[in-house]
Amino acid sequence: MEQAKKTFIEMLPKIYGMYTGGFIAFIILMAILEQMGLGADTIGILFIVFTVVVYAGIGWLSRTMQVEAYYVAGRQVPALFNGMATAADWMSGASFVAMAGGIYFGGHGYLAFLVGWTGGYVLVASLMAPYLRKFGCYTVPDFIGTRYGGNLARLLGVIVLVVASFTYVTAQINATGTIAARALQIPFEVGVWFGLFGILLCSMLGGMRAVTWTQVAQYIVLIIAYLIPVFWMSNKQGFGLIPQLVYGEAVQRVTELEQMHQVGVLKPTESFAGLKALTVPFVEAGTGMSSWKFVTLAFCMMAGTASLPHILMRYFTTPSVKSARRSVAWSLFFIFLLYFTAPALATFTKLQILDPNLATGIIGKSIAEVNAIDWIQKWSAVKFLAISDGNGDGILQINEFFMRGDIVVLATPEIAGLPYVISGLVAAGGMAAAMSTADGLLLAIANALSHDLYYKIIDPTAETAKRLIAARILLVVLGAAGAFVASLKLTSILGAVAWAFDFAMSGLFFPLVLGVWWKRANRQGAVAGMLLGFLSGTWYLYMVRWGGMEPWLGIDHLRFGIIGCAVNLVTMIVVSLATEEPDEATQKMVDEVRIPKGETVLAASH
Amino acid sequence: MGDLEQHWAETRSLTTWILIVWFIFSMGIFFFADSLNSMTFFGWPLGFYMAAQGSLVIFVVLIVVLNTKQEKIDEKYGVAEDE
Repeated sequence: MEQAKKTFIEMLPKIYGMYTGGFIAFIILMAILEQMGLGADTIGILFIVFTVVVYAGIGWLSRTMQVEAYYVAGRQVPALFNGMATAADWMSGASFVAMAGGIYFGGHGYLAFLVGWTGGYVLVASLMAPYLRKFGCYTVPDFIGTRYGGNLARLLGVIVLVVASFTYVTAQINATGTIAARALQIPFEVGVWFGLFGILLCSMLGGMRAVTWTQVAQYIVLIIAYLIPVFWMSNKQGFGLIPQLVYGEAVQRVTELEQMHQVGVLKPTESFAGLKALTVPFVEAGTGMSSWKFVTLAFCMMAGTASLPHILMRYFTTPSVKSARRSVAWSLFFIFLLYFTAPALATFTKLQILDPNLATGIIGKSIAEVNAIDWIQKWSAVKFLAISDGNGDGILQINEFFMRGDIVVLATPEIAGLPYVISGLVAAGGMAAAMSTADGLLLAIANALSHDLYYKIIDPTAETAKRLIAARILLVVLGAAGAFVASLKLTSILGAVAWAFDFAMSGLFFPLVLGVWWKRANRQGAVAGMLLGFLSGTWYLYMVRWGGMEPWLGIDHLRFGIIGCAVNLVTMIVVSLATEEPDEATQKMVDEVRIPKGETVLAASH
Repeated sequence: MGDLEQHWAETRSLTTWILIVWFIFSMGIFFFADSLNSMTFFGWPLGFYMAAQGSLVIFVVLIVVLNTKQEKIDEKYGVAEDE
């Protein structure tokens, strides 16, 4: 068995090399079939079905009944592959589909998300990952519960994890539903359940082991699907061979065009549900409050990144502390590949729409002419964009063109006139991004409930088989709950993905950091900190979002984690210092965590 | 100071330096994004470039530097893992 495992790890580059080759061959096959007259709808269906069947196959092959394999993939995932898996785990449907659109509409202000969602990994690498790996826990609350001792600390860890991750997962299941519904031409409510079915096939039988190997496969699909259209479009339109490196001039040109089209001066006079007209100048950074808002948002996303359990638990799967650290570098590199492409894509899309010298430019043309364009007709039909001649002059102005941010990624192939096979590829990429994140989140919740709540708190004598069956039942129940909530389409109530980061940082950031970096931190401090931090953050969110309170210092509902984590920090320090220091054994445990050498701290107790 | 304390002291100082650089490029410079935008960097307005690409590159490099230096520290005090 040991021998077989070893060869499997050694074979990984070959296996995923062949997989990548196979996927590219599949794309080429689809392109040939398209030339031979296969319909666009069929191509879309084949892309989704083919990729999801492959993921499910990997999930099936990775099935296991061993605890170590189920919770931490046997702790044998090499740094590079764990980096890919983490990148897929990290980049959600929102990163894939909505990020470029967010930059298109939000300009510099939105880039705070980019900075936050990458800078957070510096915190993960320097403060968290290597130490948690040395600790040897199965879940994030497992660390809290063992470091601080006592069921209450563990339970609070579980509660924060569940709230943060569940906020996030419904959005992901929603995204899989949207993509499946569009590609397979089924109603959204059915698409949600189809998406969930695919997600569970990947995770249920093999837990972390299955999720790891499907996430690597999903990363490969999503990065190919994101990069190919951008490179192709850029070369076709003459923007340069490697567009990410040369779009500086294009940014300046966009700024000139925006002044010409009076972006920010002309305000929209009508509104369409879910659609926006461009009103924010691309590059303008502003001073004072705008800078403050940029920095606070970036900070929330960074601290949130370093507290989100579905990310931290990926670093429990590496063979060593050193490989955990290296794996963070790989993760950020793989994430970077997509994140440094998104602003380039947003810039080129803007250029194509705004520049009257380009064939694709529409602003400033006559309404009748624009309405005759294929992609305009197609996306207006599904209410992704709208054109309305507000001032009745027959010419399209910037404030008369409304669209959804998602279009920037989804319609790039059509705006640039690429073949339909590329649209199918983009759908498969979006599906991979949403599925991989949903998998990681559902597994984080189910594992915390089965390991920390059921095994550690409720029934410490439960047998292995019973624990693993409980974990799987929880996975299905939670997935169904997520899909049910998603199918209700409560998006306006569920709110933003950013909330998950704020919840996680309110409750977990300082208990995790201080658990390693401050020996004096004790149980009383951690319990009080988590409780007050989480409650104050949630209270602030409620008051700002629904209670009619004016945001304090511009800290709005996207940034409530600042309040939560500040309260958490102060409470934890004050209460820890006011009560007795942790016992000898705990202090020794912290010493152990700080050096890579030797057995994991928890090696004996599992 | 014992070896382990020395090891931790060096680890702590390395981490502090990494976090200072991290702070500068994730938050510090963006207080001045507007002024940076009056400069250009290979065609980009500098403030925009840093947020869209520059800081991201620095973060990747920063983690690689952290790892290399930390591995050296671990080896120096004999607390690196056995291969």
